[in-house]
Parts: sequence; C-alpha cells; structure tokens
Amino acid sequence: MNPFQPNRRDFLRSAAAAAAAGIAPMSLVKLAFADPALDFSFGYISDAHIQHISGTKFVRNWDRGLIRAVAETNMLTPKPDFVVFGGDLGQLGMKQELDHGAEMLSKLRGKLYCVMGEHDYYLDLGEYWSKLFGPHYYSFDHKGVHFVVLNSILTFDDWTFNRWPSAEQRMLEMAGLDNPNGSPFMVGDKQRAWLKADLDKIDKSTPLVVFSHSPLQKLYKGWNFWTDDADEVQALLAPFAKVNVIYGHVHQIQYNQIGNISFNAVMATAWPWPYPNTYAQAEHTMPVLTVPMNRADPFFERDATGWQFIDVQTGRVKLEYNLYNNTNRTVAWNPASGKPEDRAFQDPAKRIPPQVHY
Amino acid sequence: MNKKIAALAVAAAVAFVVSLGADEFTKKDQERWEKEYQSVVQKGRGLFTSGALGTNGVACAQCHPNAANTHPETYPKFQKQLGRVIALREMINWCLQQPLEGKPLALDAPDMIALEAYILHERRGVKLEPGKH
Repeated sequence: MNPFQPNRRDFLRSAAAAAAAGIAPMSLVKLAFADPALDFSFGYISDAHIQHISGTKFVRNWDRGLIRAVAETNMLTPKPDFVVFGGDLGQLGMKQELDHGAEMLSKLRGKLYCVMGEHDYYLDLGEYWSKLFGPHYYSFDHKGVHFVVLNSILTFDDWTFNRWPSAEQRMLEMAGLDNPNGSPFMVGDKQRAWLKADLDKIDKSTPLVVFSHSPLQKLYKGWNFWTDDADEVQALLAPFAKVNVIYGHVHQIQYNQIGNISFNAVMATAWPWPYPNTYAQAEHTMPVLTVPMNRADPFFERDATGWQFIDVQTGRVKLEYNLYNNTNRTVAWNPASGKPEDRAFQDPAKRIPPQVHY
Repeated sequence: MNKKIAALAVAAAVAFVVSLGADEFTKKDQERWEKEYQSVVQKGRGLFTSGALGTNGVACAQCHPNAANTHPETYPKFQKQLGRVIALREMINWCLQQPLEGKPLALDAPDMIALEAYILHERRGVKLEPGKH
C-alpha cells in the first residue's frame, strides 16, 4: 500500500531510538525515482530561534529543540545525502546566537545547506551569517534535481536603510511577528533577475525544489506569512513541470497547490505558531487544502514542534511529519487530484477535534 | 419667602440628585472611559511583547502573536493538565513561570489586569464559551 513503508519503518525505528536516548525535530526529505539508483533523501531542520540571555546563557527550551533535531538527524537510516537548515537560527541575529547555533549544527554529519531567515538578517544584513554559512542565495544540482535556495525575507530599501536609528532596533522591529512596524518580505528585483538567469539554463522537465524562509505565497500579511513578490517568483517557476517549494517561518503544517507548484511548510524546532484564522481581528487567507496540525499542548514543551520525512516520487514531495506527543501526519502529492493531501485526514469526515483551532 | 426658599431648596436637591444620577453620562465621559481602558490595553500589549516580564528574555507574543491561541473566552474551564477549573489569570501565571521562567503575578496586580485586558481586547467580538476545550 505504501511503497515507502520499509524506509519509513527504518527511519522511525531510528527516531524511536533517538527519542529513547532523550533526543529528537527535523525533516528527512527522500526523493524517489523510477531508477532507484537516483533515490535520495535529505533532512530538514528549521526555525531554531536560538536566543541569547546574557553571558553564556541561552533560552534552554529553544536550545533543546535544536539539539534534539541534530542528534536525531545523525541517527537517520538511511543516511540523508545532506541536511537543510531552513532559517531563523538566531532570535536577534547576534553573533552569540549564530555562533551557538552553528556550534550545534556543526555536530551534523554530512553537507549542510542553509536558508536565510529574517531573524538571522536584520541586525547586520546577513553579514555574520554569511561568514558562517556562505551566500544568501544560490542553487545546486543533486542527482537530477535542481535545487534553488532563495533569500525571501528582504524588504523595501527605505525600511531597511532609512527608517531605524540603529541596527538593533531594526532587528527588534522585524523580530516581532505581529509588529505593525514590520515590513512585508520579498525576494526583490535583483534576486529575481538572478533566479530567472539560473532557471533559464535548466531543462523544464527537471524536477525543481525551492527552499525559502517565507512562504512564496500570500497567506496572511499581518504576520508575514507572506512574500510580497510571490506572484512574480511563481511566474518564474511556472514553466517547469514539477515544482516543490519548501518553506519555514510559519512554525506549523501548511500545504497548498498553486498551478504546477506544490507548497509545503516545515515544523520549527523552537515553538509552534497559531494559524492566522485564529486571530479574531484580521482578514486572512489560508490554503483551504491544509488540514491543521493538532492544537499545541503548552504543558509538553516540544509539542507541535517536529520534523518531516519527505519523499519525492516522480518529482513531487511527500512529507512525513513526526510530531511529538501527537499522531504523525503524512502529506503527499496525490496524482489523482493533482494536489498535496493528508493521507489520513484530508476527508472532512476523518478529521479529529484537536485539529479545530480557535 | 419661606415658600420661595423651600422651592429653591427642592429645586437644588433635585438638581443635585440628577447630577449624581447613575444613568446620566456624557460623550465626554465615554471618551474618558475608553481612553482609560485603551491605556491599560496598550500597557498590556507592552508587557505581552516585552522580554522583561520573565527572566529569560522570552515574550508572551513570541508564541502568541496578537494574543492568538489564548482563547480567553473559554475560561474559566477545566484545565486538564492541572486537573481543576481555573481562570485565565492562572494560565497567564503558568506561562510566566514556565516558558518565561519568571515569577507569578498577584491575581489583582495592575500588570495582570493589563495583560488580561490586552488578551481580551484582541479577542473582542468572539462569543463567550466558558468551559470549552
């Protein structure tokens, strides 16, 4: 019934071992093709928000999330080809936070690819992050798939360069999710020109996987579940037959289908966020396709954080969400409907009370 | 003369009573009350978004943007994890002590009233559903 059951079982066995050892949130991405020699997997960890208190003290809760994710990723069987960190390594972009986070990530075995988050960027515009992790945006090819990593958390130059008296204040203003002084995220003209040039060289039948921090779709502007030039970016991705966008930032399960593009969000290791439709005072749009994750139980510190095991079969992703203190979820491309769907809960009759958020 | 004084006294007494009338208030009064309320709501938002409320720099708003997912309209309710019916303020104190690693507030502390005012203000218009999980 499930062609990936053996892999999943192996994986979950190691996850269970990791959990037993007192460790475990990240994402494993597996790409499966007709030729098994081309199958591969990668891990995905995101939104650690390592937060400096003072001296050598950091917020314990967020530290534990990342430590657990890294330890569990290292126990994966089969071993992932590489690991992605999806952005917001630090909370306020401080060297102490990025260093402390980098130290934890350095325990990962194998190649690490990093995505820029707004919490990494707005103190020094990504300068220190770049020293640790490299360019802000780039692409690479791996076993027949073209990967693009975007820095999608840029905003208007006037906001970035002219509005704030200090870099620290700029960072603080962007760090508050619901702060009305914030500014919408965007990829920007320069990077879109780079993206166009990058994609011009790629055959349109090549499966495309795009990593961004913000959603590359417009969900709820008030919390920047939003990328202002998402339509323009989507237009650049449109000529490709199979496109998968995997994003962080939202700290929750989301999935959507726009044209040929499948969107999937990954879990945070730090803390979960409410769905925007639970904020009583705002207009918002959420993908109707998304069956929400269970409401978080705050009494379980790691509840509603987690990791995903992702297959890409014939160029489309399947995410296995491993959720602490909760039933695991599988969101997979359904060739019949042409959309990502939850394997257990997509049918409205199958949904359960904890998925109701208010 | 006496009659005149008596009449004046009655008139004055009526006027006095009227000025104390419970149902008598002006737009100016309403504006003042709204202003007083909003000042406490704003103080509450300040506390809710502040890293200084606890000891570890974590702010309420980090997990609860716009105080979402606090569902104040469901309190008092049976908080299954504590095994008893509690008020919203007790849950606020739970958060202050756990994720914020701070000290609880007195249940009638001005800061507590301000936090509650902000949480409820962000939830205005939602129907009351005490006891709902």
